[in-house]
Amino acid sequence: MFIGYFTERPYQDERTGFYGATGKPIMDLTVSNEMFDPILAAGLLNRYLDEKIYAEEMGFDGLMLNEHHNTAFCMGGAMNVEASILARITKRAKIVLLGNIIPIWDDPLWLVEQLSMIDMISHGRLVSGWVRGTGRESVSHNIEPHYNWERFQEAHEFIIKAWTTPGPFRWEGKHYNYRHVNPWAKPYQKPHPPIWLPGVVSRDSLMWAAEKRIPYIMLATELAPTKQAFQLYHDTAAEHGYESGPQNLGYLWKVHVDETEELAEATGRKYIQGPSNPFLEGNEGTVNPALVNLPGLTSRRRVLPTQAVATAARGGGGGVAGVLGRPYEQQIADYTIICGTPKTVIPKIRHVLEYIRPGSIFFWDGDGAMTHDDAMRSLRLMGEEVIPAVREIAKELELPGPFEVNPATGESIDPTPDEASQ
Amino acid sequence: MATSAQIWSEEIVEAAGGAVQLVKGGDGDPLLILHDELGHPGWLNYHQALAQDYTLYIPSHSGFGETVRQEWIMNIRDMAGWYLEVLDDLGLDRVNLMGISLGGWLAAEMATMSPQTFKKMILVGPAGIRPPTGEIFDMFLVVAKEFISKGILDPDATSEFSTICPDEPTPELVERWEVAREEASRMSWRPYMHYPGLSHLLHRLKTLPTLVVWGKEDAIVPLSAGQVYQENIKGSRLAVIDNCGHHPEIEKTEEFLQLVKEFLAA
Repeated sequence: MFIGYFTERPYQDERTGFYGATGKPIMDLTVSNEMFDPILAAGLLNRYLDEKIYAEEMGFDGLMLNEHHNTAFCMGGAMNVEASILARITKRAKIVLLGNIIPIWDDPLWLVEQLSMIDMISHGRLVSGWVRGTGRESVSHNIEPHYNWERFQEAHEFIIKAWTTPGPFRWEGKHYNYRHVNPWAKPYQKPHPPIWLPGVVSRDSLMWAAEKRIPYIMLATELAPTKQAFQLYHDTAAEHGYESGPQNLGYLWKVHVDETEELAEATGRKYIQGPSNPFLEGNEGTVNPALVNLPGLTSRRRVLPTQAVATAARGGGGGVAGVLGRPYEQQIADYTIICGTPKTVIPKIRHVLEYIRPGSIFFWDGDGAMTHDDAMRSLRLMGEEVIPAVREIAKELELPGPFEVNPATGESIDPTPDEASQ
Repeated sequence: MATSAQIWSEEIVEAAGGAVQLVKGGDGDPLLILHDELGHPGWLNYHQALAQDYTLYIPSHSGFGETVRQEWIMNIRDMAGWYLEVLDDLGLDRVNLMGISLGGWLAAEMATMSPQTFKKMILVGPAGIRPPTGEIFDMFLVVAKEFISKGILDPDATSEFSTICPDEPTPELVERWEVAREEASRMSWRPYMHYPGLSHLLHRLKTLPTLVVWGKEDAIVPLSAGQVYQENIKGSRLAVIDNCGHHPEIEKTEEFLQLVKEFLAA
């Protein structure tokens, strides 16, 4: 089992009344950055890096970052900058980028160089995920939403070629054109860093990942439709002539551990306060219906069961619309938030692992209105009690991660001693 | 007019390499109407009135309605070039041309490519020019219903408003809007709803009689863009209708028809 740590790095500012524990509703594209305070943000950015470094000390296998634009719920507008810092400071954990929003950049060659540098500086610890991005990403960097999927696929093919084929070569594609591809930076890992794909909604993306034997990570989706989506991955893999397993699938969800049940509940409720991501299942927030339904961004017909469930819950119809929040109690009841002391949390995590059988999991913590102290208490208890217990459960349930069993071949990977990565 | 017998029909024709949805009706000299960014809204009062004197040809653009999308079309000028072949295949030459909003932009691009194909041109609140003052309203940052409402100055006084924007749109209508939004995006995402070369290319239209109609309170495409059209097409006329939004053909149908009929008959 591969165990990662994630937080979305919200911009918490109690003084504005919009953010933090005050919980005023926000909607995409309606909040001006006039109120953005770089001095406050400097503290937050360093806090989130410090928490990642501590997560490695506490035994996490992966430090996960994501990227959004033009929004207060995620400060990682240039995630590769954060990844670069972690590449130098941390020693052992994988740096898991889920992921770079490849369709929204007109120059994927710059990503080839950035990611190669991160992989070299970290001595080969980069996991390079791709995402298609939400409507706000297409709007913010003004890239055609109707070509999102075409650009995603072409950028992927281009980056892989630039990483693996000696230059110089020419690339004349539909969306990208280069006359001289010859980056003076190549990945440390051969043939290239692992590519993973996180997702929420798109059937096209999941099936593409399964076809390419790329691990797929479901982000904070409800358990039953997540299980259905995982089955679709396994079925697609079988159609393409290989047997996928837990090593091909991952799940990210909210897990917070605390010293007492009372403290855990009080802190857990902070998940849905503050500027949390309205796009992901279970967050409170007001979605901008035009943004989540940007023309051509996601096929209106080819959505996953996760999205169908969310749509049905709202009375159906309306295409790929946003996911509205559900009460804290309901999220606790359906395990999309797990919150408590180690003693009560571990059996619930076991239930999730038994039910959907992922090989990779990510605990999403320290978010919403949670403070640094909240995050650090949880990280310590995860390291001391939860992670060791989860590793035992995963062994018992036979849930190998993608660094134990090769997702492309199903073959066991010999453990290699940690490299000296100073 | 609404109670008279239906004088239009809809068919799928083969043209320019694919199936094209074509609404056709009326009697007289052909008048080609290019629909706006949300597709053909159905047969409206102004269609019925013009069909008394003209044979209306209302195709759906590539990808809109039932017309098959030509995947190679990546911008408005690709669309314009493709459309000229559609006209060839429909046998339309020396034809009167009317375009509304995005369809007006398309009409202007087609005319600059092939002025001799057209007899007279009517542009109704056309996009296509970056307005010297103001900005073209971003249709992609609102849902379709909100966009339509923004285009009408006074919905309560507009009898056909509930036709083009019902309170409870049918699933079929919602689907038509969503398809249209995606296709409009393919034409106009960046630069948004304009082509920088168009104002210069318009100089070629000095021999094409042109009427530009604008609602004075147009909140979608600012009137200042209309002035650029008028200034760059020598001999053209800009007719501005008071107390009117982006769709004079719907909001001020009588005034609109009077202008158009006089222009076409002259």
